[in-house]
Amino acid sequence: MKTKTLYDKVWQSHVVHERDDGMTLLYIDRHLVHEVTSPQAFEGLRLANRNLWRKDSILATADHNVPTTDRSAGIVDPISKMQVDTLDQNCKDFALTQFPMLDVRQGIVHVIGPEQGASLPGMTIVCGDSHTSTHGALGALAFGIGTSEVEHVLATQCLLMKKSKNMLIKVDGNLSSGVTSKDIILAIIGRLGTAGATGYTAEYAGAAIRSLSVEGRMTMCNMSIEAGARAGIIAVDDTTIEYVTNRPFAPKGAIWDQAVLQWRTLHSDEDVKFDVTVELNANLLKPQVTWGTSPEMVVDVDGVVPKDAHLSDDKQRALQYMDLQPGTPIEQIYLDKVFIGSCTNSRIEDLREAAKVIQGRKLAANIKLAMVVPGSGLVKQEAEQEGLDKIFKTAGFEWREPGCSMCLGMNADQLEVGERCASTSNRNFEGRQGKGGRTHLVSPVMAAAAAVHGHFVDVRRYL
Amino acid sequence: MKSFTKIESTLLPLDRRNVDTDAIIPQQYLKSVKRTGFGVNLFDNWRYLDPGVLGQDHSQRRVNSDFVLNQAVYKDAKILLARDNFGCGSSREHAVWSILDFGFEVVIASSFADIFCSNSYKNGLLPITLSAEEVDYLFKHVAKDPTFKCNVDLDAQIILDESDKTFSFEIDEFRKYCLLNGFDEIDLTLQHADKIKAYEVRLREVSPWIFDTY
Ligand code: SF4
Repeated sequence: MKTKTLYDKVWQSHVVHERDDGMTLLYIDRHLVHEVTSPQAFEGLRLANRNLWRKDSILATADHNVPTTDRSAGIVDPISKMQVDTLDQNCKDFALTQFPMLDVRQGIVHVIGPEQGASLPGMTIVCGDSHTSTHGALGALAFGIGTSEVEHVLATQCLLMKKSKNMLIKVDGNLSSGVTSKDIILAIIGRLGTAGATGYTAEYAGAAIRSLSVEGRMTMCNMSIEAGARAGIIAVDDTTIEYVTNRPFAPKGAIWDQAVLQWRTLHSDEDVKFDVTVELNANLLKPQVTWGTSPEMVVDVDGVVPKDAHLSDDKQRALQYMDLQPGTPIEQIYLDKVFIGSCTNSRIEDLREAAKVIQGRKLAANIKLAMVVPGSGLVKQEAEQEGLDKIFKTAGFEWREPGCSMCLGMNADQLEVGERCASTSNRNFEGRQGKGGRTHLVSPVMAAAAAVHGHFVDVRRYL
Repeated sequence: MKSFTKIESTLLPLDRRNVDTDAIIPQQYLKSVKRTGFGVNLFDNWRYLDPGVLGQDHSQRRVNSDFVLNQAVYKDAKILLARDNFGCGSSREHAVWSILDFGFEVVIASSFADIFCSNSYKNGLLPITLSAEEVDYLFKHVAKDPTFKCNVDLDAQIILDESDKTFSFEIDEFRKYCLLNGFDEIDLTLQHADKIKAYEVRLREVSPWIFDTY
């Protein structure tokens, strides 16, 4: 029998029909829906008078537009409100399962899917959102789609696509204290470039990956798209099974046992060949900081802003936009704001690690605003039970309600023109956090240390 | 979907790599629940000097006259020319809607991000990948003469320029067939409805937990 990668296995078990040219009708098990990329799809369904294929495949929530401050009075911005209301109405009309804004289970769609057990190993999972790759951490094939594809899945439970190639990203060794899964993935993106994995599904493997929690694995799979890979995936092991156990929507009883048996097969065959293999040694990794306007523009914390004599046009443009001089040490970059949140780093483990750095310390005087935005209402609740909110608040952080928040600034949480931010999110594009805003991507512990010092510092010195 | 066959047009040169969909259409415009009206906000952060919001009168905003989209010589271009990794980042289909709504029908680049590409096909926007050298050739010619025109023929998979130089490009047979005919993929898929149902029967046996989640 032909050996297979994990991606081959999940893909092949979901093929409904394959044309001679390889174009495949792929079955979709789980469809996550949020307010920004779904209204036009529901509208299209109505206009064409089509039915929804399988409503129990869908879980919906509003995350991009929701305010992170007091919500009891509803959404103030009328345009945001209209988009969230539209989702509420669509969920009502089609009788979909939804966590509305005031439900404690509401949160960023990529946090709540795994948290609820709606995302499970071996599933095909889609959402009109490129960071759907996050769910690959459970051994699922998960990827982002556009709104027309959202409509296609609503109407047919399938997608038409061709299979990607297989890339293995092998990370061996051990992470040193203060170096996190965020640093691994940033270093990978720095190595591959933002288009380096375009056309591939990236499987992360190796000792350093196996020793990560599912939360840490999610951080890595989340940013697969920043290397160009539509999906990232990690083999199922005890850590995965333990994570899924007793989640609200996970199977129970005899069906659970049947599921676990199947999930245990979700790993690449031992001698399988990947189209490309990339290797990294975790022992050598340092905390990473992006300096430019693309996630590939990243250096070690003890490094400097690139000063090569012949910087390419895009690097020069990035330097100008970021208002940085070539050769500036990263530790001398001063900040205005700090954002801990987003589907990359807003889970309980992220908040715990950041809180350890913050404990007993205060925000630096030059930090105008530092905020923690938990990924879901349940993460927030758990953090509060552990007293993490007090640690952050005592230090001067704002403790907010869950949502996407300043990851993209669709709600009121934005950077002003020229402001510089240490952010645990995934994109440092021009204007991503607000027109003229300057974003540096880092791990939660690096963001926490920067908040205390007012500039980037090597967090390894403070642990 | 509207069909695509041939066009003849000048090119608008956007000489950048890694043009992300946040740059193509910034976040505040994603609050719209419609598919139309995004053209006026295409490349909003580069095109205007002042910040904008959804629904305002954008003709009153301060225009960045240095930005190529605001230069009159390129006004009628239906072909957008860019460098590698065009359309990277967010999956927002609003990026494709804004490019089409502005009046472009083709994007030529040395590579595209996957999701942007599939979004393009679903809306009748043709993404054409050429080699870096070919893209370079086009940039040079447009820089010399902004009225430089190309003919794009989807059926023949060929771009022909004014000096009779031709570039051939690759496209999936299926994608081409859908574009040429303006086919709706959902209709095509629903022709396989019985296969989908049969798959679900099998799936319910092998993986019953996929169903009846709530
Ligand atoms: S947190 Fe940021 S990246 Fe994640 S889904 Fe929300 S907007 Fe997208």
